[in-house]
Amino acid sequence: MGDLLTTLLVVLLGVGSLLAVLGGLYWITRWLPGKWKERSRVFLFLLPATFLMIVGLVVPAIRTLFVSFYDDNTKKFKAFANYSEIFQTAGTRLTVINSLTWVVVGTSATLIVGLIIARFTDGMRGEKSAKSLIFIPGAISLVGAGIIWKFVYAGPPFKLGLLNQVGKAIPGLPASLGGHGNRNWLLERGFGPFTPPANAPGFNSMLLIVIFIWASTGFATVVFSAAIKGVPETLIEAARVDGATKRQAFYKVTLPYIRATIVTVATTTIIGGLKAFDIVAATTGGNFGTSTIANEFYQVYFTQGRNGLGAALAVLIFILVVPVVVMNRRAQRRAEEMVGA
Amino acid sequence: MSADTRTLQEPMGRSVSAALTSRTGRWLVYMLVFLWTIPTFGTLVSSFRPEIDVKTTGWWTFFIRPHFTLANYKRVLSSNPGDDNIGHFFLNSIRITVPATILSVGIALVAAYAFSWMKFKGRDWLFVGVVSLLMVPLQMALVPLLRLFTGGAHVTLPWVGTHTIFPYLHLNNTVAAVWIAHICFGLPFCIFILTNFVGALPREVIEAARVDGAGHGTVFAKLVVPLSVPAIASLSIFQFMFIWNDYLIGKVFGGAGDNSPVTAKLADVSGTRGQSYHLLTASGMISMIVPICVFFALQRYFVRGLLAGAVKG
Repeated sequence: MGDLLTTLLVVLLGVGSLLAVLGGLYWITRWLPGKWKERSRVFLFLLPATFLMIVGLVVPAIRTLFVSFYDDNTKKFKAFANYSEIFQTAGTRLTVINSLTWVVVGTSATLIVGLIIARFTDGMRGEKSAKSLIFIPGAISLVGAGIIWKFVYAGPPFKLGLLNQVGKAIPGLPASLGGHGNRNWLLERGFGPFTPPANAPGFNSMLLIVIFIWASTGFATVVFSAAIKGVPETLIEAARVDGATKRQAFYKVTLPYIRATIVTVATTTIIGGLKAFDIVAATTGGNFGTSTIANEFYQVYFTQGRNGLGAALAVLIFILVVPVVVMNRRAQRRAEEMVGA
Repeated sequence: MSADTRTLQEPMGRSVSAALTSRTGRWLVYMLVFLWTIPTFGTLVSSFRPEIDVKTTGWWTFFIRPHFTLANYKRVLSSNPGDDNIGHFFLNSIRITVPATILSVGIALVAAYAFSWMKFKGRDWLFVGVVSLLMVPLQMALVPLLRLFTGGAHVTLPWVGTHTIFPYLHLNNTVAAVWIAHICFGLPFCIFILTNFVGALPREVIEAARVDGAGHGTVFAKLVVPLSVPAIASLSIFQFMFIWNDYLIGKVFGGAGDNSPVTAKLADVSGTRGQSYHLLTASGMISMIVPICVFFALQRYFVRGLLAGAVKG
């Protein structure tokens, strides 16, 4: 505890002296002639943030881009060789396919479940507690989420896995589908009679995506719920007077009205899926064909020490994020025009 | 529902079907809430069960044969050699999260004021630049920033020789490295959110103060900071949760040593003690206490922060 106090004290001192320096400089500016006074003050206000973003974000990102075109010692220029290696090696190609599956399956399931909960809890008794319970998985870390789900997926020799117990309770279920309680859920890529080809995501990847859905639905629900409450009641009433059922009113009035919100939540979830690392690292470590781009990035950089390929994987995440954000902006603007906000 | 809707006569058949859908809807919600809660609940129960029980039976047997113990918690919190000493890493998380949150929000607030209420050339372009940094995944900045911490930056030019452009600050594998990295990576988001808020403060108030001769420093300290308290609170809670729950930055900058946050230790334990399920539960629960408490205690602010980020972003 004393240790903790010391660190916090040091931080306080550091912040204090930083403030003192900036404040002192600010005080000095009062003697500068008019135009320079204003300029120097702008400079001082922007200095800390700009400095940190340039040193910590802009320059490093440019360097990563640069490194991605070189060999692993950053000596020899390789042009796009690292990028083509990602798609030509079976292992890394599968991680890209897995990541895209995370995005598509994870995002659509999160949106659908989030909308269902937001719609049906609206005005329900116990609405608040229901939403809180759904949100808890989103409040804890994704590493914690991975640990929690290890208890659902655990396989032999342990008898503690929830899925295996459920499988055992169903009479006549074949072992490959989880019957007899003997399936290693996170290790086996196939499921029942289906064995995915080398280029397709395995069933164990799907189980990891379930963890992602479980963790991101809370956020979607809370945001959707607020948006649904923001739909003007007169609009819904008008639709109901015209003879629309509750369901029709939801599909024809509420959904289009909250379109911008849906797009935003979709964007956030897609980006979360592209950056999926914590869940994979805490459960399978990317083994058994479950790796994702972000996990592979970590492995390649820090375990294998392959700088060029690692940088190319990082840039690939960036390349996949940009169009999502740009499309979000466009859809956002269109939706705003529609609603007239 | 307003009073008018209640007087609205619904055709008989439709109201029955509406009641029916809302009943199925309600059951659907109950089912989903149940499914969503079960995994966490199971882990919580397991954390209080003796090792032998955890490894041989599912947690639900606890309700038939309840054996309660705190041994798992004692073991993971113990600092004996060979034990996980989770308490130490829990404190690390505090050491990382508190300064990172305060500093990122504070620095962003100053910048947000400049973007909102100071006039200078290229302001809009600079702000667009900050917003576009939101798109840069932290994976792209991770390794070069780590190299900066582990050796500074040096540039070698022909004839001029090697020069240090950024000194080696001996920050590698320290708690400070972790929170500095968090500040750098979190600033674009914080500036974006706070500029939206600070820029929407009433123009008359700020301008009246300026006309009365108050400098930027005074306006910022006496007007903008107090008026922005709601936004500061929401963003701080959001940042706190985000940093507490982070794994990648903590693992990379905290190193394998004693300075990583509790999430990194937890993932480590999950790898090295994959078979020690009874210890995993207790460690996991300890790491979750803080975010769950923060969520329940400050739910309103937290949700407001989420909405500000989501609806406008």
